[in-house]
Amino acid sequence: MTTEPQPPATPYLKPLPEPTPVSQPFWDAARRHRLFLQHSRKTGKYVFYPRAVSPYGPEDTLEWVEATGRGTVYAYTVARRPTAPQWGEDGPYVIAIVELEEGPHLTTNIVGCAPEEVSIGMPVVVEFDDVTPEATLVKFRPARLSTEIP
Amino acid sequence: MSLRGKAAIAGIGEFRPSRYTEGATTLGMLAEVARMAAADAGIELGEVDGLITESFAESPFMAPSTVVEYLGLDVKFAEVVDLGGATGAGMALRAAMAIDAGLCETVICTTAARRERRTTEGPKRSAGSGWAGRRTDRTPYAEFEMPYGAIGANFGYAMIANRYRHEYGVTPEQLAKIAVAQRYNACHNPDALFFGQPITVEDVLNSPVIVDPLHMLEIVMPVAGAAALVVTSARKAKKLKKRPAYILGGGEHTTHRSLTYAPSLTDTAIKAAADQAFKTGGIRRKDIDVASLYDCYTITVLLTIEDAGFAKKGQGGRFVDQHNLQFDGDFPLNPHGGQLSFGQAGLAGGMSHVTEAARQVMGRAAGRQVKKCEFAFVNGNGGIMSEQVSLVLGAER
Repeated sequence: MTTEPQPPATPYLKPLPEPTPVSQPFWDAARRHRLFLQHSRKTGKYVFYPRAVSPYGPEDTLEWVEATGRGTVYAYTVARRPTAPQWGEDGPYVIAIVELEEGPHLTTNIVGCAPEEVSIGMPVVVEFDDVTPEATLVKFRPARLSTEIP
Repeated sequence: MSLRGKAAIAGIGEFRPSRYTEGATTLGMLAEVARMAAADAGIELGEVDGLITESFAESPFMAPSTVVEYLGLDVKFAEVVDLGGATGAGMALRAAMAIDAGLCETVICTTAARRERRTTEGPKRSAGSGWAGRRTDRTPYAEFEMPYGAIGANFGYAMIANRYRHEYGVTPEQLAKIAVAQRYNACHNPDALFFGQPITVEDVLNSPVIVDPLHMLEIVMPVAGAAALVVTSARKAKKLKKRPAYILGGGEHTTHRSLTYAPSLTDTAIKAAADQAFKTGGIRRKDIDVASLYDCYTITVLLTIEDAGFAKKGQGGRFVDQHNLQFDGDFPLNPHGGQLSFGQAGLAGGMSHVTEAARQVMGRAAGRQVKKCEFAFVNGNGGIMSEQVSLVLGAER
């Protein structure tokens, strides 16, 4: 029995994260579909993006902890025209700042709903997108279950 | 502690914005516009002992010495300013600081943007690795935002506009009115890119939405151009033939590079920069005769009107309704047309807010001259509401 020749995979042309030694744990966790943040031992605050030094002072240390993956839309826009050529075929897409339940803001995409359904304050939950065999992006979709709402 | 009246803008050089350049080098443009500014001030290049320029692609390292050498200068102070759209205002402020510190007496600040017509099919891409060249940017922004298409500035200002509408409210018509008033001004400035092309609020609202809620006519068009200043000591400025524009006050504020980490999307760093500029200048808001506000988008102007203290927080839309923003109105705003209608030539676009404020105070703004223009307020804004630099200029020390 012969296998059908597979069409060549469409190359992923969009920019990919290039982890640093400091941020590698974040991307490794995303690869396992888990969201990790740094946590400030001194203040109890959470830190995003990953840093080598704490923004809360020299005597502070940062440790990796798992986040709930829940948050709300803090701000968003619908890109009606592509923001870069690699998004040219995507149609309208949502770029958003999500406020995580733990406090930090991050920029991401809202997926899993029509752009028109997105609103400020909308509860969202993390949705991991394995864009290449090596890279997983951290996106968000509308929360559907009560347990998904922060 | 105050820079008030220590230095003045004594000369201006500026290219008329154009869609494209042909065969020009950025270095050549930086030098040519610098020479224009010196000629305008009525000084010889030999009198220039300071040079401030931008970091430009042709000279990834040591840009100031490259420009110094090209112009044949001999300077005691040379540096690059890297504050995005606030660079022009930041250059003027730093020139005044260097003069006040006694490092030098006459500084040229020069900015330029060339823009060749694209002859190839854009940047080369290799499979699976994004576009060529992106590896040079290893910032957290490149790592955590670009993969989501958060590229350019449109998306960020659109998020700000949506958040502002959510927190305070502003109508599409109110935002459009800013673009319309500035276009009216541009129609009185033959050097503006959109000279002779008036628009209405309906035109703005009927132009395509690029990123919700921003329409095409609320977004700057990138062009080619160049702008330069001669900043000199007040002592020397007084001896020159033309009337200078004194730098009375300056302020600067930065808290973040990416909008994601801004303390607020609607309360901006402009407030602290403007407060410092007014305080050091000893000038009140109501003394200001012309506002030269960085205008990459209409929402930027609305936030600046509020945060610079001309309107209360949340009242920007109402302010726009209640005032005439034309150069011949009661709140003259960006008489040259602003970047929205004059054109945004890279960092020379931000510099155009400084050159225009200076021209107005010097009384040399021809068909768009604001009457009895004694004091001007300038705000430069970098990135996505990131770097902020404010200046107060005056006709007298």
